[in-house]
Amino acid sequence: MLKRVHFPTSLLPYLLVAPQVIITLVFFVWPASQAVYQSFLIEDAFGISTEFVWFENFAYLASDEQYLGSFGRTIFFSVCVAVLSMSAALVLAGFADRIVRGATTYRTLLIWPYAVAPVLAGALWVFMFNPTLGIFPYILEFVGIDWNHYLNGSHAMMLVIFAAAWKQIAYNFLFYLAAMQSIPRSLIEAAAIDGAGPVRRFWDHIFPLVSPTTFFLLVINAVYAFFDTFGIIHAVTQGGPANATTILVYKVYNDGFVGLDLGGSAAQSVILMILVIAMTVVQFRYVERKVEY
Amino acid sequence: MASITMKDLVKAYGDTEVLHHIEGDINDGEFIVIVGPSGCGKSTLLRMVAGLETVTSGEISIGDKVVNKLEPADRDIAMVFQNYALYPHMSVRENMAYGLKIRKIAKAEIDRRVREAADILEIGQYLDRKPRQLSGGQRQRVAMGRAIVRNPQVFLFDEPLSNLDAKLRVQMRLEIRKLQQRLGVTSIYVTHDQVEAMTLGDRLMVLNGGYVEQFGTPIELYDRPATLFVAGFIGSPSMNFLPAEAKDGTLTLGNGATVSGGGHSTGAVTLGIRPEHLMHDENGPIGISVQMFEQLGANTLLHGVLEGTDTEIVASMPGHVSTGEGSVMRFSAEASVLHVFDAASGKRIEE
Ligand SMILES: Nc1ncnc2c1ncn2[C@@H]1O[C@H](COP(=O)(O)OP(=O)(O)OP(=O)(O)O)[C@@H](O)[C@H]1O
Ligand SMILES: [Mg+2]
Repeated sequence: MLKRVHFPTSLLPYLLVAPQVIITLVFFVWPASQAVYQSFLIEDAFGISTEFVWFENFAYLASDEQYLGSFGRTIFFSVCVAVLSMSAALVLAGFADRIVRGATTYRTLLIWPYAVAPVLAGALWVFMFNPTLGIFPYILEFVGIDWNHYLNGSHAMMLVIFAAAWKQIAYNFLFYLAAMQSIPRSLIEAAAIDGAGPVRRFWDHIFPLVSPTTFFLLVINAVYAFFDTFGIIHAVTQGGPANATTILVYKVYNDGFVGLDLGGSAAQSVILMILVIAMTVVQFRYVERKVEY
Repeated sequence: MASITMKDLVKAYGDTEVLHHIEGDINDGEFIVIVGPSGCGKSTLLRMVAGLETVTSGEISIGDKVVNKLEPADRDIAMVFQNYALYPHMSVRENMAYGLKIRKIAKAEIDRRVREAADILEIGQYLDRKPRQLSGGQRQRVAMGRAIVRNPQVFLFDEPLSNLDAKLRVQMRLEIRKLQQRLGVTSIYVTHDQVEAMTLGDRLMVLNGGYVEQFGTPIELYDRPATLFVAGFIGSPSMNFLPAEAKDGTLTLGNGATVSGGGHSTGAVTLGIRPEHLMHDENGPIGISVQMFEQLGANTLLHGVLEGTDTEIVASMPGHVSTGEGSVMRFSAEASVLHVFDAASGKRIEE
């Protein structure tokens, strides 16, 4: 064993970590504790007095139809986004792993969407699907679909799912491609000699062997869909029509800053905070451990 | 079972040609070893036969079918890889059954064949384990099992033993040989280990820099190496090479000593003598200034230089010899075991 080197104690290490600590305190710990405190308060209609009510805000949420509806929608939205973007990324990575010529160009192009800001991604999809001007509604009309996400809640939901999934494909693609490229080539060759065609090789070998990545991405995508899609929703539907696309993060904003129910909004954000902490724990606990094979 | 024919086979990556006009006929049931130094193109050649590399030009046939354009799956071959390439997420049983399952063979038949192969290779008790729960040698057996259950026309081996320790390597070598003789399947085996090559192969193809140097039985290669490269590569310890001048059937060595040989050639040649063919002989023409002895037990390797020159030379003497360092010892060799090569081309000069 090497002897540990002891440096004389100095202020330097503390100074070096100080900026990070200060940022975390100012932008995370302080607002988070404020939110927790806030969630125990109810304000009167005029904002003149506040009352400390313990868990009343939470109790109210538990019985609020709108909140529970939003919860269900968020889960539906997240599952759709995760499944859609992960399967698209898996297929694309499967192809990218096979091609030799032009691989770099192909990869670079696939990674670009990740660099697009959420609001811009949303705007892009709004344009493409604008019921009067957009190209897609025009095409859809030929197959008899009257697209209007301003009026039709299902259309609106589909649109935000597409936009959110599309943006996440690049990220998932990178991870899947890296996972596939770490599978020994000879393994796939052995399968080819055993008589498995490309599709069979994919399902019998590549897919099971990238399962640790699939699990990791599942958590990441769930976190993304739950918390990182505010920009897209805000740009595309603003939670409408008739709350059809109001997922939890959007509802926090809407109730708090539009509806000015600060206590209830804070309680919702506390619940979201607990959710994200839980998902992070799951990820740290299980992602490191390779999935059994 | 099938023969394999390679006709004017060329492999190029872009503009670099790595295999040049390979010719070779492999008979039905023969065990062929492709041997050569690292990077000479052994794996590439094997992978072309397997269908894992495209053929740039020329023709490969298995049986009487040209397979250039066939997918690996359609060539009826099985391959054992250096890293075994077992499917890590499948049990030993599933690994072995995989190829049969794809070919839609009945479940009972698959079970029977897997059992049979497992019995031959003595891996019956590991059938339900995953590859990572096996030792290197056991994985090696599973890889072989996966090849033999398929009952293919051709076995291809790419350095299958190079990850094993020396003792296991010798044992597995014998087993592979026995297995091949028992099954009688045409096999191509790639290795860079000349001992492995000599002991396994019915015939050896010696590759060097993408050229076939010689293709023949181990004894032919030992007795009549066609080139300097083969002479130096086959046999251990390797052959001594002494620069010499040939004239009228006499070879003059660097220090003026003469031995008879060289046939009708004149000019610069290289005389090759295997260490085991140098006989201790007080009146011999070849004097060696002894530098050190290497005791191997059954015999002793004498390292030195040709007297009066700095050409290194090794002689193998029976029994224990340990005195004489610094002195000159004299040796002779029979004319029939001398090899003479053209100094410029490295080609053998026949008597
Ligand atoms: N994809 C490739 N592109 C360019 N050159 C390649 C490629 N694959 C192999 N080569 C070259 O072809 C030559 C033969 O390679 P090969 O793998 O057949 O060697 P080998 O005889 O099997 O060596 P080893 O004993 O080290 O396995 C090498 O010089 C290598 O650099
Ligand atoms: Mg090789």
